[in-house]
Amino acid sequence: MTTATAQPTTKLWSGGKSPFNISYGKVMMWYFLMSDAFTFGAFLISYGTIRFSQNVWADANHVFNAFPFTGHANLPLAFVSLMTFILILSSVTMVLAVHDGHNMNRKGVEKWLIFTILGGLAFLGCQAWEWTHLITGDHQVLVNGVVQHWGTTVTHNPWGPETLFKGKEVATPGPIAFGGYFFGITGFHGFHVFSGVIINSVMLIKTRLKHFELRGHYEMIEKAGLYWHFVDLVWVFVFLCFYLV
Amino acid sequence: MSQVATAEVFHHDDNAQVKRIWKTFWILLVLTILELGIGLTIYTIHKGENPSHTLVLMFKGLVCILTMAKAFYIVSVFMHLGDEIRNMIMTIIVPLLLFVWFIIAFLWDGNAWKNLRNTDAGSRIYIEKTHEKTSVPAKQNGQKD
Repeated sequence: MTTATAQPTTKLWSGGKSPFNISYGKVMMWYFLMSDAFTFGAFLISYGTIRFSQNVWADANHVFNAFPFTGHANLPLAFVSLMTFILILSSVTMVLAVHDGHNMNRKGVEKWLIFTILGGLAFLGCQAWEWTHLITGDHQVLVNGVVQHWGTTVTHNPWGPETLFKGKEVATPGPIAFGGYFFGITGFHGFHVFSGVIINSVMLIKTRLKHFELRGHYEMIEKAGLYWHFVDLVWVFVFLCFYLV
Repeated sequence: MSQVATAEVFHHDDNAQVKRIWKTFWILLVLTILELGIGLTIYTIHKGENPSHTLVLMFKGLVCILTMAKAFYIVSVFMHLGDEIRNMIMTIIVPLLLFVWFIIAFLWDGNAWKNLRNTDAGSRIYIEKTHEKTSVPAKQNGQKD
């Protein structure tokens, strides 16, 4: 104690408390998220490498131009924008839940967590629709002089350059890596969203059971919040890499 | 008495915090709409007669910058990293700087692969194939992607 008072001006950490003014659990959540960022980063950069090595690639505005209940209307980027909007909104409701947790307002935490979970489920529903639409899609592709009907899967890419065949415009097979990267990375992200929904549901149950109220703080909500915002953060980059550029 | 005072200060602080959250939401929304606008601009350019590749590249660069701005707001405000002490911020930011090397090195590598393939490892000159619908012959038997 005397040493501590003897050197009040030093900025060096003297032990006995968190050097970062933040709890162990939150620090570890941050470092987990950092490692997860490297995992996603590696996937996305691998995708970028392969894409840079190809002369042609699938045009996102062409591939992702569908919207539920609009038939074959050409609406590039519309649906994925809706998904982005849903995820940003659910990020806001999550941060509001964390905020109410700071104020020990249990009802508020419950309300905002429910909105966040609904947002997560809505996003997953959108992704399920998008995947189904791509996989079950029917596109004419010219393969070895024969027109075949392909959907977008990890083994088939019907988004290659178009060509004329018997006076009709037909696509040729695109780089096969497209489906694998798209479904792999959006799938890994979707898995994170799914985990986030589960984590948030557990948080909701624990909040309802007054676990955090009895504990005296809502730090668990903060940690779940960090994870949820990270999922939103990753989507910002997935949105960039697959849909915008 | 001091309790009342703290509650009042806290309440004031509270409102400011909630305002900041919603302000960040609007910023993110506007940035997303801008990105969307640029995405659709790129789409229009691609559809045009003579798509300018430089222009497309510029717009793509702009979208990347907007994305970084979005990432900053999410991490700084929503994840409250901006409210942590400097050392904590640095333990997160400094390791992520690896991405600078990571992105440059690997995209460079991808591009090098393309050049090698297009020129048979430098033994011939690459003539860019145009993918105009009319100029590509109908039959492309045996051609591998």
